[in-house]
Amino acid sequence: MPKLIKNGEIVQDSWTVLREATGPEVLKAVPGKNFIVPLKFWQLYREDLEDYLGEIALWLDSNENVNDIDADIQQFPLIALNFPVFSDGRSYTNARELRELLNYKGEVRAIGDVLRDQLFYMARCGFDAFEIRHDQDEEACLSAFNDFDNAYQGAIDNPNPLFRRR
Amino acid sequence: MYQYDDYDHRMLADRVAQFRDQTDRFMAGKLSDTEFLPLRLQNGLYIQRLAPMLRVAIPYGLLSSTQLRKLAFIARHYDKGYGHFTTRQNIQFNWPALEEVPDILAHLAEVEMHAIQTSGNCIRNTTTDQFAGVAVDELEDSRPYCEIIRQWSSFHPEFAYLPRKFKIAVCGTSVDQAATQVHDIGIYLVQNEDSEIGFQILAGGGLGRTPVIGQVVFDFVEKKHLLTALEAILRVYNRYGRRDNKYKARIKILVKETGIDEFRNKVHIEWERIKNGPQTLTEAEIERCKSFFVDPSYLKKEDNPEELVEALQSDVLFNSWYEQNVKPHKKSGYAIVTACLKETGIAPGDITDTQLDYIATLADEFSFGEVRVTHHQNVVFADVEQSKLFSFWHKLKEQSLAAMNLGLLTDMICCPGGDFCALANAKSIPIAESIQREFEDIEELKVIGDLRINISGCMNACGHHHVGNIGILGVDKKGEEFYQVSLGGSSRHAASLGKIIGPAFAQEEIPGVVRQIVTVYQAHKQAGEEFLDTYQRIGMDPFKEKIYAKAD
Repeated sequence: MPKLIKNGEIVQDSWTVLREATGPEVLKAVPGKNFIVPLKFWQLYREDLEDYLGEIALWLDSNENVNDIDADIQQFPLIALNFPVFSDGRSYTNARELRELLNYKGEVRAIGDVLRDQLFYMARCGFDAFEIRHDQDEEACLSAFNDFDNAYQGAIDNPNPLFRRR
Repeated sequence: MYQYDDYDHRMLADRVAQFRDQTDRFMAGKLSDTEFLPLRLQNGLYIQRLAPMLRVAIPYGLLSSTQLRKLAFIARHYDKGYGHFTTRQNIQFNWPALEEVPDILAHLAEVEMHAIQTSGNCIRNTTTDQFAGVAVDELEDSRPYCEIIRQWSSFHPEFAYLPRKFKIAVCGTSVDQAATQVHDIGIYLVQNEDSEIGFQILAGGGLGRTPVIGQVVFDFVEKKHLLTALEAILRVYNRYGRRDNKYKARIKILVKETGIDEFRNKVHIEWERIKNGPQTLTEAEIERCKSFFVDPSYLKKEDNPEELVEALQSDVLFNSWYEQNVKPHKKSGYAIVTACLKETGIAPGDITDTQLDYIATLADEFSFGEVRVTHHQNVVFADVEQSKLFSFWHKLKEQSLAAMNLGLLTDMICCPGGDFCALANAKSIPIAESIQREFEDIEELKVIGDLRINISGCMNACGHHHVGNIGILGVDKKGEEFYQVSLGGSSRHAASLGKIIGPAFAQEEIPGVVRQIVTVYQAHKQAGEEFLDTYQRIGMDPFKEKIYAKAD
């Protein structure tokens, strides 16, 4: 069971990330579960998925663009953004645009190579759920959100840059 | 200069605590090498050939005497008694112990200094013209904008894991001393038709393996839109910059592969979305930052005072140094003095703890307690009274700071090279020294005139060889060190990239090759020409013929 941080604590996760999917039959096999499916999968099978009994959410890889989700994104309870490797920074931009430009209100979840030392920046960019890598120390991860007391730039957590507050 | 308030101090303290914790976890084996790597790099720490290397930021090159004394202390206690000024207005310490680095950072924080983002795939230290604020040809002081960019780029949550490193330079003078056009983003302060001052913004410049001159992305940006314009460029780069190949990951490759028109289009679409948002600069913030860079309390003085005129007539050596190292100041009665650190036998940019302390004393006595470091690896005293220049020169001599070769052939830019750097293919410091030994006669150097030689020990081009009038690049050929020579580079406003002259040379051939280049130049030189003018007029062939004819 992957460890999920939400609202400053470790919580039980009701979602399953479908990492690889060939066709909608994989969902039929386990009806009623909540699945996070790849964007491409959803684009291909969105009609088949309409009568699915569980909830459906999306995940995007770092080379995909949230502006390319050609649908009402508010219908998804969560959108997950993948970090294939922690040093790939593209999902920060995706998270920020989800919040800032697309005004997405649901959960934005970090999945993949999610490590303690990147959590603070992720939170600033609009992520509010973090599926941390299995080997990460939970306590250390929870403390990461307090690494800095303040920040110079505006971001999603506080759109006002310091120069508008000092 | 900029003064930290409680917010700045707190943020820096948080950063030091964060890195201390990360170092502890790394030492305890809880953080792998790969995971620690970007964290230590973004705190300036490299693991080098012989020992770790710590690169400390000198924001836009400005240092107070208090900060100089702290750097001297660090050189003495944590290093072997010296530091090294880099080609990007930073200072490097070559021998700190890994576990002591958080302590060094804590010391630096006491004097409002840091090593934040001096390395790694993030926005690096912003650089500018070393004469900012005192130059005679300045449209506006660039330093307030550098500070605004420093704050915006520090701990930027979206741009800490870019495809590759990202360097920004700002220039407000008409003679560009900041190599602005070979930066990932180059910013010029410019005036529009309505006499309003704003920014022209270039992107996609850079040296390294594929040298490119930046192209205009914004013709004119109002001051208040500076940060949103930068953010738009960075966002396009973060999203689309190549991550599959380290050597194609810089923004210059993205601009080239996308095409400047399409790239500009993408940036402007992004900009329209965030322009006028909360990052829009306020008049109050611009004024606040400007307030830290007001003129010091200059005295009312005349130009060319009697003391100076007499000394120039009576002392030939002083006269010689004055001609080369002293530049006009915007304020009458004052002068800008560059202390050249390029004495023969000293690695370019190297400076001892004693010299650092001494420079601090001189800054307090002669230049309102501040100095600037240059990307040419020298130190500038920006506000020296002309009437005190003679005694100032005497004082500089006491600590080997009065080399009079500024801007001349032997005032080379040179990276640390194979003697220190793990990336280097070849040594560069001994090359610099062998050239200095070939050209020891100051009178001859003056006849040769302004001629920039830049030396890099590898393709990464820290020694800016592409924009040297003569560029020298160390290459590895089957385990042996060779040197490729190029001609015609320049980092000024009319920036140009050097062209390789021909097959590479062995180390011992280099002084002779430089000698031949100079001989050809002098034979063809017409009145009023500098090396670059002559080269552009006569082309590569005469140089090539001379050098390779001998080899046949």
